[in-house]
Amino acid sequence: MQYPIGPSGITSYGGGTAQFLHNFRNRTHVNGFNGVKLRTEKASLFYGSFQALREITLDIPERSITAIIGPSGCGKSSYLRLFNRMNDLIGGARVEGRVELDGVSLYEGSVDVVELRKRVGMVFQKPNPFPMSVSHNVAFGPRRHGKRNRSELDDIVEKSLRQAALWDEVNDKLNQSALALSGGQQQRLCIARVLAVEPEVILMDEPCSALDPVATLRIEDLMRDLARNYTIVIVTHNMQQAARVSDMAAFFMMEEDRSGVLVEHGPTSQIFTNPKDKRTEDYITGRFG
Amino acid sequence: MFSFTPKLTQRVAMTLIWGAGAVAVLILLAVIGFVLVQGLPSVTWSFLTTAPKGGLNAEGGISTAIVSTFYLIVVTLVVLIPPGLGAAIYLAEYAGDNWFTRITRYGVETLAGVPSIVFGLFGFALFVTALLFNYSILSGALTLVCLLLPTLIRTSEEAIKSVPQSHREAALALGATKWQTIRHVLLPAALPGIVTGVILCVGRVVEETACLYVTMGGSAAMPTSLLSPGRTLSLHLYYVATETIAFDKAMATGAVLIIIILVINTTTNLLSQRFQAKMRGA
Repeated sequence: MQYPIGPSGITSYGGGTAQFLHNFRNRTHVNGFNGVKLRTEKASLFYGSFQALREITLDIPERSITAIIGPSGCGKSSYLRLFNRMNDLIGGARVEGRVELDGVSLYEGSVDVVELRKRVGMVFQKPNPFPMSVSHNVAFGPRRHGKRNRSELDDIVEKSLRQAALWDEVNDKLNQSALALSGGQQQRLCIARVLAVEPEVILMDEPCSALDPVATLRIEDLMRDLARNYTIVIVTHNMQQAARVSDMAAFFMMEEDRSGVLVEHGPTSQIFTNPKDKRTEDYITGRFG
Repeated sequence: MFSFTPKLTQRVAMTLIWGAGAVAVLILLAVIGFVLVQGLPSVTWSFLTTAPKGGLNAEGGISTAIVSTFYLIVVTLVVLIPPGLGAAIYLAEYAGDNWFTRITRYGVETLAGVPSIVFGLFGFALFVTALLFNYSILSGALTLVCLLLPTLIRTSEEAIKSVPQSHREAALALGATKWQTIRHVLLPAALPGIVTGVILCVGRVVEETACLYVTMGGSAAMPTSLLSPGRTLSLHLYYVATETIAFDKAMATGAVLIIIILVINTTTNLLSQRFQAKMRGA
């Protein structure tokens, strides 16, 4: 699959094994030298009597990008939402096993969900800016967490927008509605909105699926930048995207009873070039899904 | 042979739909036009600024009725909005689906269908008689609150529920509490819908006659306090139409009523639109 020519003259981005390997070699912080930021141990998720995830055990290293891949309905998004407890919003959702952030269990004892979500931000599938101005969107989190000082908030807005590579495009429309921005800009605004809260982890649930290829590449560049300081977990349907951006990859699949299971995980280069499981190989070579 | 081609069907359907719309608009314009044409010539400055003096010819004007009407609108809204909005927020965001909320919803729906004179009797028994508020603006307003709560709750609940789930998720995922999400995301986004509900309620306050007849009395004197009796424009219109022969005065009162409603609706709609435009960046 060829991507159209990007603004900076990027042509074939994601063609063939040689290209993958070339990408990996140019990365500075691949593989497991980093500490474990997120961890699940035999984590299962139930919606009522339906088991959506079955005993998932996975370590997610800090300051890197981990891609969760797999066919539709295999529980990728549900898995992602374990880490900021967004599944709590669904009535009848229940978690078994252990889910950890920095070694601390998220579902046992007294966990302050609001505090947790400050540390674990989330970017959604469809850009979802609030119907307010650009700067109010970015300042939303800090304001809710008690920052009132106007100039301090202005600084946060600028810093976050710069980090999200959006400042140059919107610095003259900070007071205009965020809904007037393009889809790609809206998604980068949503990323800036998350960065303004200064999280440690950013969960991304198919962040580019509603965007065109050019906007997608910009988000991917941004993710690579952010991975220096943040732990990023991305759910994606797009195999090329997983290969391009991620350091680690985890392949999920559905069993007969429609529960999601983890088939295989490891460095992205290994998953894509030398998968151990036949099902992984079938999936990444496009034989199903 | 004659047959309905898609093109012909389309044309017939368009004509019928267009015709139905035209009929609806014509009826509306006929009513408003008739009242305005008949009533406006009698609407003079002195008609607006003098108190009704009674008599078979309905001497005097409608100043006290205008004041009573606005007095009643303000008192009703002040008492109505806090519990109405609170209940709407509860039903939309906090209540699950259990026996309590089912009974609440059922009650709200049933109340919305009860004729207003029944509320009038209830208000008469409770506010006028038992609580000793007598015939007064307060009794009338409290009765209207009972009458209008279901309307406001339903419209506001729908407005809050129709805010996309993605806004709730975005706010919660940023570490906002549930109340912060409601206060800073849901209510602003639902405001146009809530405003529409409030306008509906204002319209009902202005138009309601039966239940005020038995709770506000019909005093034509200028209301001086919450416990003063009074008559709204609608009530005044009823008295003039049934107890006098001054058809022109009744029509003039009707014309003023229509204009007040038009002005209230237009200004609130404009404000709401401007607010929405600001939100959407148009």
